[in-house]
Amino acid sequence: MTSQRSRFLDATALTLGFAFLYLPIVILVIFSFNASQLVTVWGGFSTRWYAAIWQNRQLMDAAWMTVQVAAASAAFATLVGTLAALALTRYVRFRGRTLFSGLVYAPIVMPEVITGLSLLLLFVSLGIDRGFWTVTVAHATFTCGFVAVVVQSRLVTFDRSLEEAAADLGAAPAHVFTRVTLPIIAPAVVAGFLLAFTLSLDDLVIASFTTGPGSTTLPMRIYSQVRLGVTPEINAISTLMIATVTVLVIAASLATKRSAAAR
Amino acid sequence: MSERATRRTIILVPYLWLVLFFLVPFAIVAKMSLSQVATAIPPYVPTFGLADGPAGWLAKARELSLDNYALIAGDRLYVDAFLSSLRIAAIGTAILLVIGYPMAHAMARAPERWRPILVMAVILPFWTSFLIRVYAWIGILKPEGLLNELLLGIGIIGTPLQIANSETAVLIGVVYSYLPFMVLPLYATLERMDRTLLEAANDLGCPPWKAFWRITVPLSLPGIVAGSFLCFIPITGEVVIPDLLGGSDTLMIGKTLWTEFFSNRDWPVASAVAVLLLFILVGPIMVYQRQQARQMEAGR
Repeated sequence: MTSQRSRFLDATALTLGFAFLYLPIVILVIFSFNASQLVTVWGGFSTRWYAAIWQNRQLMDAAWMTVQVAAASAAFATLVGTLAALALTRYVRFRGRTLFSGLVYAPIVMPEVITGLSLLLLFVSLGIDRGFWTVTVAHATFTCGFVAVVVQSRLVTFDRSLEEAAADLGAAPAHVFTRVTLPIIAPAVVAGFLLAFTLSLDDLVIASFTTGPGSTTLPMRIYSQVRLGVTPEINAISTLMIATVTVLVIAASLATKRSAAAR
Repeated sequence: MSERATRRTIILVPYLWLVLFFLVPFAIVAKMSLSQVATAIPPYVPTFGLADGPAGWLAKARELSLDNYALIAGDRLYVDAFLSSLRIAAIGTAILLVIGYPMAHAMARAPERWRPILVMAVILPFWTSFLIRVYAWIGILKPEGLLNELLLGIGIIGTPLQIANSETAVLIGVVYSYLPFMVLPLYATLERMDRTLLEAANDLGCPPWKAFWRITVPLSLPGIVAGSFLCFIPITGEVVIPDLLGGSDTLMIGKTLWTEFFSNRDWPVASAVAVLLLFILVGPIMVYQRQQARQMEAGR
């Protein structure tokens, strides 16, 4: 294999791979601007479906509920996940460490139906009314493992001598943490928060199990409509969600790049 | 705060959270799987209350039985659902590896300034809604959908392909949804690989394809294991993909559990299905977990 041939293979793999990843999304976005009611026939450019979702109270209420759940659950997940990452990297030995590391990583791969069902049964047996808080706690539980992994990968490359230097110069432990440790791991904590936020925005299965009347989330609304068929309205709301996430991700990456450059 | 108190807080807060919201619920699922469905609120018996007292609890504990497991073992529908879930997850993971490996390999060999952009390009679809990405395929795969329009237009096929509502559609959806989970761990190990090993093999007259099989693949094994389990385990319990893209004959156990719970309101049988699914997946989950822990230790 000459190097030119291998470069050709690489280019082919990337082109086909990215085409596969992006084509369906591009098609969906294009058809959200379709004037025709028929989803596969192009009837001219129109933004009527965007106007239609703006009028759809149920959809808007669900979207607002989803954002609130995502923000609250991501905050809890970031706190729990960051502490878990600190515990796993800083304390090599403590009682029950093996079980602990299992509990941190298992929710990442656990099928959502199992997590959802088990949390629902917990809430029922504790006699807690299902609603905003139960979904929030459920989401924080399944996303905190992701936060832990992201923060942990930053902590393992962390130069501990910086903390030692600060301590030697007389800084109190709490001071060392807020002035040395936290600023260094901050990009990972932010990345973890955003990951938890989008995972929560996206979740259908766990939310369906743990929610109650009056706390329907956007994925649940979309799901019940999608099962009835493809409609241009769903294409439009999907496009808005894709646009929001894209802007957030790019903004976050620019912010971390700038903070890295400023250092 | 003293050193000890700090240490205790850092360990105990996440520990207690995960024990309460992740470990304890499994015990409740296990107990529920031994209960019986009932037309009541909540819809099962027996229910243990504080007022029952020890004697009451003992009497109620006798009502627990393995009936739900006997029902599942005796019904072809459940057994088939378990088997076809495992089959779809295995085939899906194999396809993911075949598609994901060349991508990750090419990304790791791309010029350094391109790599962050390529990684971002793989992650971006993963950040957009899973439900929407699966939904996008309905419009493409259905009989009057875009794929058939295209193929009919070119004249490759004479009649529309029946891909929608089939196992093929489920596999396409699975591969599409989980591709980033496969590519990223593979890329992480391939990117860290010592390239001079390949140069040394080349200098010693080893042909590139042989160097690939003898050096690159073995060194990327941790990534292959992590990526495969990260895909295989959740695919086995997948609900949304078989529901939206599968047909009535595409059985998957996650969907069966979902139906038992939401349509039949049979919480005990749904719980028994969950316990069995967990039992099947506990091995793969432990392998994944150990791999993850080892990788973190190695990064130290």
